[in-house]
Amino acid sequence: MKDIGCQYGILSGSRENSLYNALWVAQALLRKGSSRTARTTILLFTNEDDPFGSIKGAAKADMTRTTLQRAKDAQDLGISIELLPLGRPDQEFNVSLFYAQLIGLEDDDAAQFMPSAGQKLEDMKDQLRKQMFAKRIVRRITLLIANGLSIELNTYALIRPTTPGAIMWLDSVTNRPLKTERSFICADTGALMHEPTKLSQSYKNENIIFSVEELSEIKRVSTGHLRLLGFKPLSCLKDYHNLRPSTFVFPSDKEVVGSTRIFIALHRSMLRLNRFAVAYCGSSFHPRLVALVAQDEIINAGGQVEPPGMYMIYLPYTDDVRLIEEFHSESNVRVPRATDDHIKKAADLIKRTYLKDFSVCQFANPALQRHYAMLQALALEEEEIPDTIDETLPDEEGMARLGVVKAIEEFKLSVYGDKYDEESNSVGNGKANEASKKRKAAAENAANESANYDWADLADNGQLKDLTVAELKLYLTAHNLPVSGKKEALISRILTHMGK
Amino acid sequence: MARNREGLVLLLDVGPSMHKVLPEVQKICSMLIQKKLIYRKFDEVGIVIFGAEDTDNELTIEVGGYEHVVVLRNIKVVDGDIVEALQELPRGTVAGDYLDAVVGMDMLIKKYQLTNKGKKRICLITDAQNPIKDPYKGTKDDQVSTIAVQMAAHGVRMETIIVRGRLGEDIDQRIVDENDHLLHLFSEKTSAKTVYVESPTSLLGALRTRDISPVTIFRGDLEISPKLKIKVWVYKKTSEEKFPTLKKYSDKAPPTDKYATHEVKVDYEYKSVEDPSKVIPPNQRIKGYRYGPQVVPISSVEWDAFKFKPEKSVKLLGFTNASNILRHYYMKDVNIFIAEPGNARAAIAVSALARAMKELNKVAIVRCVWRQGQGSVVLGVLTPNLSEKDKTPDSFCFNVLPFAEDVREFQFPSFSNFPASWQPSEQEQQAADNLVMMLDLAPPGKEEALLPEFTPNPILERFYHHLELKSKQPDAAVPPLDRTLKKITEPDPQLFSESKSVIEALCKSFEVKENPKLKKSTRRLLQEKPSGSDDEGGYGDTSNALAIKSDESQLLAKADKIGDLTPVQDFEAMMSRRDNPDWVAKAIKDMENKICNMVENCKGGDNYCKALECLVALRKGCILEQEPKQFNDFLHHLFRLCQEKKLGNFWEFLASKELTLISTSEAIDSEVTEDEAKNFLVKKLPKLE
Repeated sequence: MKDIGCQYGILSGSRENSLYNALWVAQALLRKGSSRTARTTILLFTNEDDPFGSIKGAAKADMTRTTLQRAKDAQDLGISIELLPLGRPDQEFNVSLFYAQLIGLEDDDAAQFMPSAGQKLEDMKDQLRKQMFAKRIVRRITLLIANGLSIELNTYALIRPTTPGAIMWLDSVTNRPLKTERSFICADTGALMHEPTKLSQSYKNENIIFSVEELSEIKRVSTGHLRLLGFKPLSCLKDYHNLRPSTFVFPSDKEVVGSTRIFIALHRSMLRLNRFAVAYCGSSFHPRLVALVAQDEIINAGGQVEPPGMYMIYLPYTDDVRLIEEFHSESNVRVPRATDDHIKKAADLIKRTYLKDFSVCQFANPALQRHYAMLQALALEEEEIPDTIDETLPDEEGMARLGVVKAIEEFKLSVYGDKYDEESNSVGNGKANEASKKRKAAAENAANESANYDWADLADNGQLKDLTVAELKLYLTAHNLPVSGKKEALISRILTHMGK
Repeated sequence: MARNREGLVLLLDVGPSMHKVLPEVQKICSMLIQKKLIYRKFDEVGIVIFGAEDTDNELTIEVGGYEHVVVLRNIKVVDGDIVEALQELPRGTVAGDYLDAVVGMDMLIKKYQLTNKGKKRICLITDAQNPIKDPYKGTKDDQVSTIAVQMAAHGVRMETIIVRGRLGEDIDQRIVDENDHLLHLFSEKTSAKTVYVESPTSLLGALRTRDISPVTIFRGDLEISPKLKIKVWVYKKTSEEKFPTLKKYSDKAPPTDKYATHEVKVDYEYKSVEDPSKVIPPNQRIKGYRYGPQVVPISSVEWDAFKFKPEKSVKLLGFTNASNILRHYYMKDVNIFIAEPGNARAAIAVSALARAMKELNKVAIVRCVWRQGQGSVVLGVLTPNLSEKDKTPDSFCFNVLPFAEDVREFQFPSFSNFPASWQPSEQEQQAADNLVMMLDLAPPGKEEALLPEFTPNPILERFYHHLELKSKQPDAAVPPLDRTLKKITEPDPQLFSESKSVIEALCKSFEVKENPKLKKSTRRLLQEKPSGSDDEGGYGDTSNALAIKSDESQLLAKADKIGDLTPVQDFEAMMSRRDNPDWVAKAIKDMENKICNMVENCKGGDNYCKALECLVALRKGCILEQEPKQFNDFLHHLFRLCQEKKLGNFWEFLASKELTLISTSEAIDSEVTEDEAKNFLVKKLPKLE
């Protein structure tokens, strides 16, 4: 994906149609790249709302027409034109004069364009460090409802984890990219082979062989894309019924006319009755039982916050859910429960530390921001890497407010009594304690043992390598250093620690 | 038996009332053994059936009684023989008495004694519909208690699956209640678990076939504030069981080689793009990340020096309304926070917070760094997970929330903005309401169908079934999906026939049809076909356009020829098409023919006007496209035509409208000067007379 911005001024009055030329140059530039893999956008920055205003008569009409045609040609080639009007102090930018036609705005849209355009310019600054995604249909699927009644849906990935991007291997000498080659070698004969089409699973001391076709046949358990199985009340969808990010579903009438109408009806019913649909998603990519949860549109002052539609939530199967709660329960032992007083104190605490306007997307990923900042600094050969702010840290000032502190103290007193400090110092009890005691004892033992060696002397005479790994580890354990790695690593770690 | 091995005895009721579910019992048990054969090869399993025709067990010899109990397989390391035994369970003839489960316990105790550290488990599958025998002394309750105490003393866990068909058959409610009471006693006294299943499908999911000992991903403090820290352990609550990773198989080794491993080694080599023969050694490789068109190399040293290094911690950011966190924000598999085991104060603190959160309908936002050295933080939401049982603690479910970078804000049209023809009418809405109500998978008073905790993975079931078939016959075909498993991938016929009238009403009120404007090749959605792997690859890149809009664009059918009705518009449309440069030439050619036809065939003023319009359009188009020669040639051609056909009056008409050749002033390529152009029509006129 690439965005190429270009900036050309329009000299009104001259016979040269510079806007036309600008579009032509930009289009020529963008045509160089492959149009299939790249998304091409012309960002048009201008503060002239009527570029041909100073020209009169036929010449103006002609210029307007040719420029519009040029813009249309560009759009036909898959280049989208985005207008970023820059305000002038004395007058407002009037899109309807010329640009509405150029970027293909309908009458109604034109009225809304200006406020949203101002927003766009603001957003652009924010988005500079955010990966951009084109609105793309992940897959078109059919929902089979019943009796051959089926509707067409498009799925979109609205929430997906963003990663720092793919790694490219480079040659550290030349900094040229490297090509990875994979080869398959038969372990018995050493012969080079093509990608094997047979796979094996060891079972009952035998290798059971499957062909790739057989495996895909096994996975193909369903016909159709999405089959409706029934509905359940929303309370049946537990918080732990989740495996991966959800997928957004929106109806489409493109191929099956009438889909949207049914979808809207079902969407409304599900919202009103507080129910979700259970369906089997039989796509070969990820066949699974899914829940379809209707989401109503949410709009606030800034625009659409949640689009209307349904979310596909991937449900776990029996072997995917683990019974952790039961794992620790022992026979005949009742677990301690909070009393009403405890709960009341906890409720006070919750009310005190209430985040009023929490929104999911308010935090940037600090690791990712750090990565981008570092990349930029290295790429532009900047001296210092700018500091990124970790927005995810708790608000310590807020927590230190008197009311909050008081609520916390009261809750602590009610649950822990006055023994809180004792408990936090003694490391629990039970098994974990035993293990840590052991560890402590080992550390003490190591400290004693390592006192028997004259480490500084050994290091100076280069005799560390004559010691055994176990002996070296005594030093490391005694000084609370990691004991992993090969002997050389251990020695170098000891030397570093001694400051040599 | 080592610490991590498990000794398991399956106690299976094969009495007459169980006959109809025995196929599922066989399947689930053999699945259990099959998975043990792959993942836990050293576990030991024994099988005991009760309600059988014969009697064959040690206790009956030692103390008498225990009739109709057969030890089908003694406890041994899992093997194919056990799988086979399970697939052909004998059908019993007498009502089973589950308290004879003692036999199983007896076997376990005798085999392993007290010294053993491994896990001991009894798995009882019964319908518990038949009365148990009265004991020789004491009450049934006492007898159960005695057994339970023994089991607890030896650390035997018991798992009971009770199969309850749909009620209404000739079942004695009193006996059922008594049995339920007795089995409940077990779970009170020991670490026993009892589950009830109604449908064969949930029976298949009731027994966990893969036993994974949970491992914590975090042990430490849940920091409410620097002053208040609650000791918690964090485990995975859900984790997807993946399709097994099969090894690549090589058939290159000669068949006579008995010691062939048939393994395939995969080798990766990094080569420079310019010189493919040069292999770059690992220490000369460096990682690069894209920065615009460039790739920025970053050595691991630089990386370590500057990367984000948060401290291990779990910190509370605050509480917020549950309604602020929509269900679809959950990003990953789910973790669970429980108070540190054995720490009563922490348990109370967790319980108090969880219950208060539930009461106030609030959730907690936390920032987690599970391990020291982890390069990123996780932002998540804690939701209360309250326990109804006395023995299990209250806990929190933890779900990962997205960061700002993870959310893609695409805009979608509001449903209310759609045309009226797409809005359901009141009657249609009613039909949809009825469907949503009637097609109920969780009817009150009955078992919830397709409850995730009781739904097996149909694909894995099918794989293990095929694996077993292949182990006997290497070329066995892929078995069809089991009837019971079909209830997961397809609608339940019973449920759908029960709500037949609702479904029919829905089908009647809504009509769908294929979009007639689409070409055949794209019409594939309505065709029922197996979801093959190859079909779907193409869907991803089929359309980038917003689907709703594309419907309209279909209406504006693209002009590919010039019609009689609107020749000028057609011509303009063709001229502006840019998908192929040939369109311009074709448009001009077509237009010329059209004009000739008009002039030749239709005599009379009206058509002259139309022809003139076309000619004007053609002229304009030719100027735009810088094709003056085309037009000028055509005008000459038209002139000759007029001469031949004696159409002088048309020519006069043209002259009166001042239609001229295209001159150099209009198009640079033209070979005609301005004067020449003007005089063309006038000059020729006398000749015509």
